[in-house]
Amino acid sequence: MIPLTWSLALSAVLFTIGVVGVLVRRNALVIFMSIELMLNAANLAFVSFAQQSKSLDGQIFVFFVMTVAAAEVAVGLAIIVNVFRLRETVFVDEINLLKG
Amino acid sequence: MVPYLFLGFAAMLVATALMVVLHKNPVTSALFLVLAFCSLAGIYLLMHAEFLGMVQIIVYAGAIMVLFLFVIMYLNLKHDIETGVQTAVRRGLGWAMGGLLLLSAGALMARGWSLGPVNAELPAQGAGNAAAIGRVLYSRYLFPFEITSILLLVAMVGAIVIAKGRKSEGGEDE
Repeated sequence: MIPLTWSLALSAVLFTIGVVGVLVRRNALVIFMSIELMLNAANLAFVSFAQQSKSLDGQIFVFFVMTVAAAEVAVGLAIIVNVFRLRETVFVDEINLLKG
Repeated sequence: MVPYLFLGFAAMLVATALMVVLHKNPVTSALFLVLAFCSLAGIYLLMHAEFLGMVQIIVYAGAIMVLFLFVIMYLNLKHDIETGVQTAVRRGLGWAMGGLLLLSAGALMARGWSLGPVNAELPAQGAGNAAAIGRVLYSRYLFPFEITSILLLVAMVGAIVIAKGRKSEGGEDE
């Protein structure tokens, strides 16, 4: 059995990489991928706690998180396609119509 | 054996996740993300979550990443041009924030904490993980499960409507 601390540390590292990706990159698609990384870090924490407490509820939550992630990706990519049609760019610092 | 496999998968996961963030070409980032999801599926298998490992590969590496690659190639993006002082400042700030977050996570985990009582009513091993998950999903979590189907339907309709583009005032397509 894998120690809980190891998998939680891995989850924290993965989440941090996702956060850094959102902060550092300017391509909206790569930012989206970093959000997926963060969701997967949360899933990993759920699975490790489920394994530790010998309960299946955590795994069920991961199932729901995956469903929500799929829905989010579908809608988000549709929005990005639409933004690209309007502005000819997916770089988030060039999409500044609301900036004063 | 299992701890070494876990360490190997973890190293691969961290390396590929870093490549997702660091690589300039979005297509390469997406392919590295597929690899990251596959190594995470391996970790799920090691943690006796066999069903989730399979679903991870089918849903994430299969469906979601195909959608990502389709959109990247559809938009025909160039490499990111990232130069200039502003970009360097933002990148430095981003890494500093990430380091701060990791430090606070380490501080939280270094504090003394303990789990609640172990709930042994549902043995995850033995009869098979998929059967056990199905039993819980279709009894205790039946209502959220059905709500999820409505969520997927709404997302599907919404994605089609958004990606179809808007109509002009006269009612014809643009």
